[in-house]
Parts: sequence; structure tokens; C-alpha cells
Amino acid sequence: MRRFSLRTLVSEALTGHEGWERQWRAPEPKAAYEAVIVGGGGHGLATAYYLAKEHGLANVAVLEKGWIGGGNTGRNTTIIRSNYLQDESAAIYEHALKLWEGLSQQLNYNVMFSQRGVMMLAHNTHDVQSLKRHIYANRLNGIDNEWLSAQEAKAFCPPLNIAPDIRYPVVGAALQRRGGVARHDAVAWGYARGADAMGVDIVQNCEVLGFRRGSDGAVAGVETSRGYIATPRVGVVAAGHTSVVMARAGLRLPLESFPLQALVSEPVKPVFPCVVMSNTIHAYISQSDKGELVIGAGTDQYVSYSQQGGLHIVTHTLEAICELFPQFSRLKMLRNWGGIVDVTPDRSPIIGRTPIPGLYVNCGWGTGGFKATPGSGHVFAHTIARAEPHPINAPFTLDRFHTGRLIDEAAAAAVAH
Amino acid sequence: MLLIPCPHCGPRPEIEFRCGGEAHIARPAAPAEVGDADWAQYLFYRTNPKDVHAERWLHAHGCQRWFNALRDTASDRIIAIYAMGEPRPAVPSPIVPAQGGGDGRKSAVVIPPTPNPSPQGGGEEC
Repeated sequence: MRRFSLRTLVSEALTGHEGWERQWRAPEPKAAYEAVIVGGGGHGLATAYYLAKEHGLANVAVLEKGWIGGGNTGRNTTIIRSNYLQDESAAIYEHALKLWEGLSQQLNYNVMFSQRGVMMLAHNTHDVQSLKRHIYANRLNGIDNEWLSAQEAKAFCPPLNIAPDIRYPVVGAALQRRGGVARHDAVAWGYARGADAMGVDIVQNCEVLGFRRGSDGAVAGVETSRGYIATPRVGVVAAGHTSVVMARAGLRLPLESFPLQALVSEPVKPVFPCVVMSNTIHAYISQSDKGELVIGAGTDQYVSYSQQGGLHIVTHTLEAICELFPQFSRLKMLRNWGGIVDVTPDRSPIIGRTPIPGLYVNCGWGTGGFKATPGSGHVFAHTIARAEPHPINAPFTLDRFHTGRLIDEAAAAAVAH
Repeated sequence: MLLIPCPHCGPRPEIEFRCGGEAHIARPAAPAEVGDADWAQYLFYRTNPKDVHAERWLHAHGCQRWFNALRDTASDRIIAIYAMGEPRPAVPSPIVPAQGGGDGRKSAVVIPPTPNPSPQGGGEEC
């Protein structure tokens, strides 16, 4: 891998930019690998990267049905934060946030991580109590989160309307200053480039059609649209399609897949300095470096794989945005799309073993998986390489739905985030 | 937004309805005798198919009655409507409507296929 640096940039500038190499290969799949990752989104590519980087497992393939980063990695609103209520969630999201803070340097790839602050609005007494409870819980876990009055929230985000006579007035906010946004495509590309440089094969247009198991019941390999691949370890990281892939292994999961929509406005000059979220009125917004306002809505109410949702969901969100930021009411929306998110009953992910030996799953990130990408890949790689979970993902087992040890973030963040 | 054919009121927009999730999940008759794994299956595990899905709908802002629907989750097209308590009509589509039985209940209403709206291209936010 040719490292990006000022020196290479200058030398390329002097020679017409003709020396840049492809950032990852397009290999034919081999007959066998030490491990196969199913799903070439951020989480899957990060898993492969850390398998090679930290566990010496470089004879690994990432199999992607379409193109890398073409699913939810390329469809989310790129918000990163770690201010989750439960200790287990705080641990894994903070693990991810700490990795984000050094990610561009580690990958030698600018993921444009910008810690501009994530502010979550309170509109009523219940919100105030809930957000303050989060703040205290976060502080006990060593995570920054602070309470702002409505005036302080307005000072931090000047476009915010704190008039007391709107339908859902802003009465305060919780601010995580270390939160922010990153460039989502760059995350997939950076991990792909880093993993490829260590020998990982990234195989696109390769769908896993079935699983072959040995006489002991353990995974022996995967049938794909590009032939059979033998491997003793398979990690499924297929987001909204996890139920579909796992059904091919004969497994049912506690998951349902829903469309989640987002949209962007026409690009404008810098007008919005941070990320603002409101769980109560279902809206979140930030401004990309290109100038577009990036707006996220909630999920539709029915199971779907159609990657599109109802217009009434988006309308609901835009009504809230226009009330909180009246000056945006004249902006035109350029694009609107949906991604398919896999939601668990307790709104926490499942990361670990399955009843089939050698088959691992990392799913259930629901509406908020992007922020966890580095941490998720890091602990999942540990789980696959050592056949036992990392202490951080040990509570996120599949069997918690049998034992009752749920990690209930549903009440804490039952909205897209 | 889905256009949902309520069996009592006719086609109405989705905002009048509440989706009740997957249909035909029966609460175990004797919960105390059910093991943890089976109880988890009842409570939490779902089929979640990229295929025909049987689901319950409530016409909350209409007749306030429940009914079942078969819907293709890949295209969101509603394939059939049938009453609560009735078995799932045979799939795959096109479904042959059952002849009216003697129990006075309505048999499944089959929705003729309509051209799907072309799926939206994969957007990406930059």
C-alpha cells in the first residue's frame, strides 16, 4: 500500500497524478480461507481489518453481495456519539468513539471525523429527567455529557428556535462535545484499503447462498454465487439482511428489518455548527462538509426490504425540523432514500457465537450502527479469532433473549439515532 | 405510504392503520410449562422474511378492527387480506380465493397485482 502523505501528494502533483494505485484489489475468491466475513459494509470491513491487524489472520475474505459500503454504511446520517444509558452499551460505544478519535491516523485515510458536538433536545419534563439520567449514568462511566439550558443550547447552536410558544418548546439539552460526524464512505474505503494491504481479499458481487457443515455440525464453508469457499469460521455482518442470510443456515433470529429514511437538502454555506437530535419529535440534523443539511427520520412501522419508506414519515420529520429551525423551511430537499435496519427487541446489537460452531453473527445494530463501526469490528474480530467474546461484547450474546439479561436501550433511544 | 385495503372500509392510506407485527404467533397455552428457549421464540424471534410476510393490521382511525394481510416485503405489495383467526392463505401468489365456507366468515380477499412503482435508486448521502 502506498501511504498517503504530503510528500506523495506533492510528487503526484508534479507528475500529473498518474501514479496513484488502486486502493484495493479485485481478487477472484480462493478455494479456502481461514475466515470469511459475509457483508462488506463498514462493520464487516472493520472486522476483516482487525482480524489481520490484531490477530494475524490475513487469509480472510470479505464477501459482499453488491459493492462495499453500498448498504447502510452509505445511507446513514453519520452521527457518532457514545452517551448511551446502560453500562454495557456505554462500554461498546465509547470503545468505538475512542477508536474513531485515532482512526484517520491509524488507517492513513482521512475519515473526516469531526467532533463538533451532539446535542439532544429536551421538550418536556420527562425528556429533562431522561436526559439528566443519561448524563449522570454517562459520567459514572467516564463519558462526557453535560446539561445545557435552552439559552445555552441556543448559544451552542444559533439556528435553534427556543421560542416558548412552539408546539414542542426546547427546555434544555444534553451535549456530548466529543460526539460528531464522519465521512461514511471513507470509513468503508479506509478499512478496505487497510485490510487489502494486509492480504485480505475483498470480493464484491459475491452473494452467500448457503452454508456447508461438517459431520460435527460445525461450519465447513459457504456456497456463493462465485462458487464454493471452504472455511472453518464465518462471521455474518449483513445488517438488514441478516435474517435472510442466517435462514440459509437454518437459523431464526430475534430481528425484524425496517426501512429507515434520510434526506439531504441542497448545499448551502456553513449554517449549522453541530449535530442536533430530538428523540421526542423524531428529527436529527447536521450539515455535511459539502454544505447539505443531512436529516434523518424514523423507521416505518412494517417489516420491509424495499429500501424505501413512506413519505409521511419524512414529512413528520421535516415538520419538526421546520419548527426547530424555521429558516430551513425554504430549503429544497435534494434526495431522499431508505436503508434497511435490523432491529432487536431490546434495541441492542447481537455480537457473538450462534448455535452453529464456527458461525458468528454481528447484527441488530438497528438505527444506530454507523457510530459503532470501529468498536464493533474490533470486538467481533476478537470473537472470531479467539472463539470467545471480547469482554466488551460478552454481554451482547444471542442467548440473552433466553436468559432474560436484556440490554434495554429501547426506552433510552427508541428513535432512529 | 401503503394503500391498505381494509376488508370493512375499502382502500385507505397507511396513516389510518397500525401494524401489529407478524401474525400467527400464538401465546403458549400453558406458559408455566414452557422452557426459556421456547418462551424466547414466542416473545422475541420472528421470521423476518424477504418474501411473503403474514402480518396483523389495525384500522385504528377507521373501523378499529383487526385483520391479517399477506405482503411481499421485497416490493411492499399487499397480496391478500384475511380475517383474524383464519389460517394463512396458500402462497405463493396468485392466491386462489377460498370459496365461502358455511361459518359466515369472510374468506380471503385477493388483491390483483398492480404494477409496482419502480424502486427508488440507492441513494447515498455524502
